[in-house]
Amino acid sequence: MILVQSVSKYFGYFPALRDITFGLDLGRFLTIFGPNGAGKTTLLKIIASLSKPTSGSVRIDGYDCHTQSQQIRGRLGYISHQSLLYPQLTARENLTFFGRLYDLRPLEARVQAALSGVGLQDWADQPIRTFSHGMKQRLTIARALLPEPSVLVLDEPFTGLDSYASEILRRLLHSLKNERRVLLMTTHHLGEGLDLADRVMILHRGQIRLEEEAYSYSREEFGRLYAELVSETR
Amino acid sequence: MSKMVPWLVLISMLLALYGAFVYAPTERVMGPVQRIFYVHVGLAWNAFLAFFVVFLYSLLYLVRGRRRDDMVAACSAEVGLIFTTLVLVTGPLWARPVWNTWWPWGDPRLTTTLVLWLIYLAYMVLRSQMEESEQKYKFAAVLGIVGFLDVPIVWMSIRWWTRTLHPVVIRSGEVRLEPRMFHALLIAVVAFGLLYLYLLQLRLGIEQSKSRIEQFRQQSGLAG
Amino acid sequence: MRLLRQAGWIVWKDLLTEYRGKEAFLSTVFFAFLVLIIFNFAFSPGSESTPEVAPGILWVAFTFSGVLSLNRSFLMEKETATLEALLLSPLPRGTLYLGKMAANLLFLLLVEALILPMFAVFFNYNLLPFSATLALVVLLADVGFVAVGTLFAAMAASLKTREILLPILLFPIVVPVLISAVKATGALLERLEFGELIPWLKILAAFDLVFVWVSYWVFEYVVEES
Repeated sequence: MILVQSVSKYFGYFPALRDITFGLDLGRFLTIFGPNGAGKTTLLKIIASLSKPTSGSVRIDGYDCHTQSQQIRGRLGYISHQSLLYPQLTARENLTFFGRLYDLRPLEARVQAALSGVGLQDWADQPIRTFSHGMKQRLTIARALLPEPSVLVLDEPFTGLDSYASEILRRLLHSLKNERRVLLMTTHHLGEGLDLADRVMILHRGQIRLEEEAYSYSREEFGRLYAELVSETR
Repeated sequence: MSKMVPWLVLISMLLALYGAFVYAPTERVMGPVQRIFYVHVGLAWNAFLAFFVVFLYSLLYLVRGRRRDDMVAACSAEVGLIFTTLVLVTGPLWARPVWNTWWPWGDPRLTTTLVLWLIYLAYMVLRSQMEESEQKYKFAAVLGIVGFLDVPIVWMSIRWWTRTLHPVVIRSGEVRLEPRMFHALLIAVVAFGLLYLYLLQLRLGIEQSKSRIEQFRQQSGLAG
Repeated sequence: MRLLRQAGWIVWKDLLTEYRGKEAFLSTVFFAFLVLIIFNFAFSPGSESTPEVAPGILWVAFTFSGVLSLNRSFLMEKETATLEALLLSPLPRGTLYLGKMAANLLFLLLVEALILPMFAVFFNYNLLPFSATLALVVLLADVGFVAVGTLFAAMAASLKTREILLPILLFPIVVPVLISAVKATGALLERLEFGELIPWLKILAAFDLVFVWVSYWVFEYVVEES
């Protein structure tokens, strides 16, 4: 589970995030919406322990982001629209390498299971620079899931995917929801984000403007509300 | 206290001039040209002091991450670089009439100072190529630390290098100083030390005003 | 032990990647070779000045090709965003540094192993009688060069002007390494006694110790996002 407590982040004097507080229990899927520059990626990076908040704290499974970032990194999977894979290495080599960094055991069996899980077992020994974008995306997901993270962070995962690959990703994300995991996603696509999530948040100018259960809104209502909140100047 | 500094600089500079030109005796072999020694060494010692301050505040910045620590390091590096530049100008001016060469490669002090100058020039280049960000301050701090720790090793290597290059080592500073020369040197070192403090103070003031303007700008939403 | 094992995986990954894309390695060797040849024309070998300039030319070739390969090591990780993937993993930053440094070191040593025979041929030296001592000098010098070089390459990779910035940052700092390596190599080529080398080896060892240690500690500030 995630506990974000009054997190603020300043770049110089620019407040990228202001006093963000929320919690998320296991089994939940939160989608964060917001225009460019709202602070979505900054928030995800702080949760993923890639960046430290100026003030406030993040706790993941009870581990503190300031003093126990290594434990946090070990139980967190990160997926962005970039593949985060080595193009010269094969699918298996990529997963084996990252699996070693996470100290996973038994490594070979888990790599094989991860490859089968995304339907890439037949291409396991091909260098991934020969892969299509969709295949790479699947391998990226396999890489993120390999350490069996209790928190899965997705930063604009639909960017750059064609409709076929988006469909696969959508189905995969549905199947990833379970009781032992928290999912956290940012996206521009209101429809996709709303359908997948069971909780939604709108971030604007570094502040939370809305945090609600997803079932409270139809697509149309949510679209109107989003436009209204984001067009506010201050 | 800070209002006193410019006056202290003025008084000590006048004293240093008196010390160098009137109080200290003329050197027997080198003649009046040796009097540049007081300026040269006064600048050099304080340049080292300035770079030590860069090192210290770079460390402090990495440890506690205060914006002001980085400002002190940056400003001190600038003043140190100016002092070093002047050392590199006054050195050849002295070397030419005494050793009949503009650049005495055989003098490890001057050559080490040249490498020092290059290191802190690179420090300035690095700063100039980055936008204001914590990343910039961290990178600069890393270079400020690495650069200063390099100095003793540069010194060792250049000393050995000159020894093999020139069998007869030129010993510039190891001449035993006459007491009055020594007094004049001390006054010059103190005078340039005060000048360093004064310049650092002025430069920090500018830097703080800049950051305050930036603060107002960002808070009023003027920054793109 | 765990630290060495983890660093070893980074080395394995880096060398395998380089092996798959051999072009980069071969280009670096070719570049170093070109530097040797260009200087050969500039200084006319076989003349009286050869013993004085030969070690310098060798180390200029090593230094230039070293900077090229250092620049690549983090550029590739940036382009594929895999640096982010490494930072997202529980691997300690210091270990990442040691792994990257060791990989860069091995890469440079391999380039040099190919260049040294060419140097022997073109400058007419028989390197075999003192090859072990020469290897020690090269190793000590490379460790220092790569220790600071890996740290600065990680910095330069996040800047637009990285190609030119890395040598600007690195060259002034490695002056002691260059001086010591050139003088030690010169002493070997002139068949001076081992005692002549000791001060240079000491300086190289001091440089290596100080900067491997310092870079190991400050590396996290260089790669971590603010």
